[in-house]
Amino acid sequence: MAIVTNTTTGPERPHHTLWGDAWVRLRRNKLAMAGGIFIIILALAAIFAPLITPYDFAHQDYTAILQNPNAKHWLGTDGLGRDVFARLLYGARTSLAVGIFTQLIVICIGLPIGAIAGYSGGKVDNALMRFVDVMYGFPDLLLVILLKAVLGSGIYQLFLAIGLVAWVNISRLVRGQIMSLKSRDFVSAARAMGGMGRYITWRHLLPNALGPIIVSITFNIPRAIFTEAALSYIGIGVRPPTPSWGAMIHDGYDVIFASWYQVFFPAIAIALVMMAFTFLGDGLRDALDPKLRH
Amino acid sequence: MTRYAIRRILWLLVVLLVVSFITFSLMHLVPGGPWDREKQLAPQVIEALNRKYGLDKPFFVQYGNFLLGLLHGDLGISYSYQDRGVTQILMQGLPITATLGITAFIIAILIGISLGMAAALKQNSWIDYLSVLFSTIFASIPGFVLAIILMVVFSVILHWLPTGGWGSVSQIIMPAFALAALPAAFIARITRASTLEVMHQDYVRTARSKGLLERVVLIRHILRNSLIPVVTIAGPEFANLVTGSVIVETIFSIPGIGRLFVQGIFARDYGLIMGSVLFYAFVIAIANLVVDILYGMIDPRIRYD
Repeated sequence: MAIVTNTTTGPERPHHTLWGDAWVRLRRNKLAMAGGIFIIILALAAIFAPLITPYDFAHQDYTAILQNPNAKHWLGTDGLGRDVFARLLYGARTSLAVGIFTQLIVICIGLPIGAIAGYSGGKVDNALMRFVDVMYGFPDLLLVILLKAVLGSGIYQLFLAIGLVAWVNISRLVRGQIMSLKSRDFVSAARAMGGMGRYITWRHLLPNALGPIIVSITFNIPRAIFTEAALSYIGIGVRPPTPSWGAMIHDGYDVIFASWYQVFFPAIAIALVMMAFTFLGDGLRDALDPKLRH
Repeated sequence: MTRYAIRRILWLLVVLLVVSFITFSLMHLVPGGPWDREKQLAPQVIEALNRKYGLDKPFFVQYGNFLLGLLHGDLGISYSYQDRGVTQILMQGLPITATLGITAFIIAILIGISLGMAAALKQNSWIDYLSVLFSTIFASIPGFVLAIILMVVFSVILHWLPTGGWGSVSQIIMPAFALAALPAAFIARITRASTLEVMHQDYVRTARSKGLLERVVLIRHILRNSLIPVVTIAGPEFANLVTGSVIVETIFSIPGIGRLFVQGIFARDYGLIMGSVLFYAFVIAIANLVVDILYGMIDPRIRYD
C-alpha cells in the first residue's frame, strides 16, 4: 500500500505500521474475513458471469416460463422465461457498480466539503455545516427518489441521485477528523516548516483521517446497494432490461403465489451482500481503531 | 433549557422551510407535468388547467402561494385525487403510518432492550449467544428485504398472514416486524455493550455493597445508566424506521403516507409529494428534538446552554 510510507514515522523503528497491524487484526476476525471473501467471490462471479452461466440475462424463452429450480435452470426462470440465476449474476454487476460509483461521487463531494469546513473553521465551517444539518433533516430515501425522478431513468442517473444524497455522512466525519487532527503536534510542525493549508490537508490531515473514512465507506456501500434495490423495486431505478435485484423483486411480486422463488432469491442475495459489507465494516472499524490494541 | 428548546424549534422551522424549498424546486424540475395522461390532453386544456391551478405563474410566486397556504394548514390541491385537498388525503394516511411506525418502534425497543439486557446480565450464556446472533444478522437486513422474506414464508408458504392491506391485526404483524427488526438489532447491540460497561462501574459495586436489593440496583443503577446510549440512537433509528415505511407500505399495499408519496412521484402530483415530504421531515425533526430533550432528562450530566 502506498499509504504505508506516509504513516510510518521514524526510519529506525521496526516495521509496525497502522495498516500492517490493522491487517493482522482484521485477519483474526472470522466474520469480517467471511464477508470480505464473499464480496470478492461475488465480484469475480459478476465479472466472469458469461463464463459461469450459458444464459443471457435478457434472453426470453417463452417455452420455459416460471419454471421452478431444475437442472437446466438452476434457480428457475421468470415470467418472461429468463434464467433467474443469470439475472442474479448480472444483477450483481448492477449492485456492485452502484456500490462503487456512488461512493466515488460521495468521496468527490463529501471529502472536499468536510476538509474545507474542518480546516478553515469559522464562518466557512459554520455555513457548510448548517447546510449539512439541513440535508440531515431531509428524509434521505425520499430525496433520492425525488432526485431520481428529476434526473430521469438510467443507471448513471441512479449513481448520481444516491451519491448526491449520501455524501453528507462523509463530510461530517471528515470535518470531525480534521478538526481533531489539526491541533496535533505533527501538523503544527508541518505548518512551522512552512507547509501551506492545502499541502497540510492533503499530505497530513487526510491520510491520518483515512481509517474512519474507509470504515464509513464500507458501511455506505450496502446502503447504496439497498437504495438501488428499493428504487428499482418501486419502479424508478434502473431501466429494464438491465438486471437488478430490486427489479427482479418488482417483477416477481406479481407472481409471488405462482412462484415465490422469483422474489425470494434476489431478496436473499441483497441480504447476503448487506451482511457481507456490514461484517467487513465492523471488522475494519475494530481493526483500524488505534484504541483497541489487543 | 427553555432557551435551548426555543432555539431548537426555530431551527426546526428553518429546516422545514429549506426542505420545502428544495422539494418545490426539484418537483418543478421533474420532466413531465401533472397533466400527462395516456391520451394527450389538448394544449388549450393544459393551458387552462395551468391557469386554474396557478401553474402558469413564475416559480417564486408559486412557492410563495404554497407557503401562504401552508400557514393556514392548507397543503394545496392534489391533481390525482380531485375530490379532496392534500391536507385531507394526508390526514387519512396519517393514523395508518403513525400506527405502523409506533407499533414497529415499540416492538424494536422492547425486543432490543430486553434482549440486550438479558445478554449482558447472563454473559456467555445461550441467551447471550442468541442475542448476538440476532443483532449480527438483523442489523444488516433492511426492512424491505425482510418484508419480502417474511411474506414468502408466512403468506405464500404457510398461508398464516395476508400479503397486504390494512385494517386488521393480522395485517400489521409482518410490516411492523419487518420495520422493527433492524432497529431492534441495533438497540440490542448497544444495550448489551453499555450494560456490560455499567455493570462493572464503581457506583454499581457501591450500590450493591451498601446492601441494596439486587432488583433496585438493576433498575435504578444499571438500567437507567445503560439506557443513555440507547436513547441517543433512538432518534436516528426512529427516523430510519419511518423513512423505511415508504417502501414497506408500498410492499404491503398499506394506504399510508409513504405509499401516497410513491403514488405522487409517479403521478407528478406536486401537492402530494410536497405534503408527504414535509410530513416525513417533520417527524424526523421532532424525533431528534424529543431525543435531545429526553437525553438531558435521564442524564443529569448533560447541560444545555
